Amino acid sequence: MPDYSFIVRNASFLFDGLLLSLTLTLIGVIGGLAVGTALALVRLFTGVIGNYAVDAYVFVFRAIPLILVIFWFYFMVPLILGRPVGAWTSAIVAFTLFEGAYYSEILRAGLKSVRAGQLNAALAGGMSRAQALRYVIFPQAFAAMIPIFLTQAIILFQDTSLVFVVSLHDFLTATTIIANRDGRLIEAYAFACLVYYLICLAATAGVEKLKRTFAR
Amino acid sequence: MNYQWNWGLLLRAPYAGWLLTGLGWTVALSIAGWLIALPLGTTIGIARTSSSRWVLRLSGFYVSVFRNIPLLLQMFVWFFVVPELLPAKLGLWFKRDLPAPEFWTAVLALGFYTSGRLAELFRAGLQAVPRGQRMAADATGMNRAQALRYVVMPQALRIILPPLTSEFMSIVKNSSLALTIGVLELTAQSRQIENFTFHGFEAFGAATAFYVLVALVLNLVMVCLQRTLALPVAV
Repeated sequence: MPDYSFIVRNASFLFDGLLLSLTLTLIGVIGGLAVGTALALVRLFTGVIGNYAVDAYVFVFRAIPLILVIFWFYFMVPLILGRPVGAWTSAIVAFTLFEGAYYSEILRAGLKSVRAGQLNAALAGGMSRAQALRYVIFPQAFAAMIPIFLTQAIILFQDTSLVFVVSLHDFLTATTIIANRDGRLIEAYAFACLVYYLICLAATAGVEKLKRTFAR
Repeated sequence: MNYQWNWGLLLRAPYAGWLLTGLGWTVALSIAGWLIALPLGTTIGIARTSSSRWVLRLSGFYVSVFRNIPLLLQMFVWFFVVPELLPAKLGLWFKRDLPAPEFWTAVLALGFYTSGRLAELFRAGLQAVPRGQRMAADATGMNRAQALRYVVMPQALRIILPPLTSEFMSIVKNSSLALTIGVLELTAQSRQIENFTFHGFEAFGAATAFYVLVALVLNLVMVCLQRTLALPVAV
């Protein structure tokens, strides 16, 4: 007989897991944006070498699995700092640098989506380069980027489940722990599927709505 | 930072063998998963452009289920839950008699997950072909299946070739999740070498190099394919 009462009994443990997943998502988005912006700036203001370096960074991070990235930093962060740090710190570093590669590509695509004529027109209208960027290019690029940023955040939210491999208690790991302890694998995973499905569905619907608002 | 480099250990037994079998599993997982994902994704993608409301709803639900649940969770469901829900005999066969059950479970999880993503890709590709093409096919007396087969699909495939390549790269990367249910693919093997030798840079470096190599080769293949398939008239 299916029995879901253990979910109620472990509600706070599960909720802490969900909170960890959401926190890691938020940190990944903010950190990823910061790294992505830094990479975009390197591309803009350094010459060919900087460009190649950023290309290589983005290519490598997009070619390897996130689990491997998590393993890399789980091993490397304590080594570089010279003292043991928890899985949480390593995971934050891994997600930030990993997402940075993806966000820098989104930033680049967004800036590229603004046609060259827009910059020329702004300059011809007597604006300085900074003004043209501030008042003409960025607002348009931003509108093109926002939905993709958010879609990436939803993907990131799903990807946070991979911290399972370094035993951080995110939502999926928390579910697995109580599922094994109470011998309720079927119900626990059914519940986890429902929670992830509803959160991602609602978020996707939100992004779609936003997209239509920006399209106007 | 205090670290003793020893790249030579990668070439020594048993570690070289571990890496190579790991690579073998990664390739096997990716290709087997792709063989499920491609036909399924194409079918669902075509269904997503159907004019029937029910077909649209069902295929939309299929896509949303496989895209809105993390792959890791899907893998656990295929591994821990699905065998329990099957008829008793089949479930038992799945758990006891099927050789390498982790491998086949991971293939199913990867295949179905990727099929959801491919379906969206095919839908977008089919919708990107100008409407006039369908009308022209219709006007020359083709039925809808013929129009799809001979006019719309060939153009859609050319449009989606680059994202299709990156989907294949994704399945290669996603196959690393199979390590959570016990398939010793490339990432798992490099972790194992790190655990045995404490030489993380070499172990993870080797795995990284393999993945980067796969990505480079796939990019090359895509560019060649694009050139070979390019039509004299721009689509």
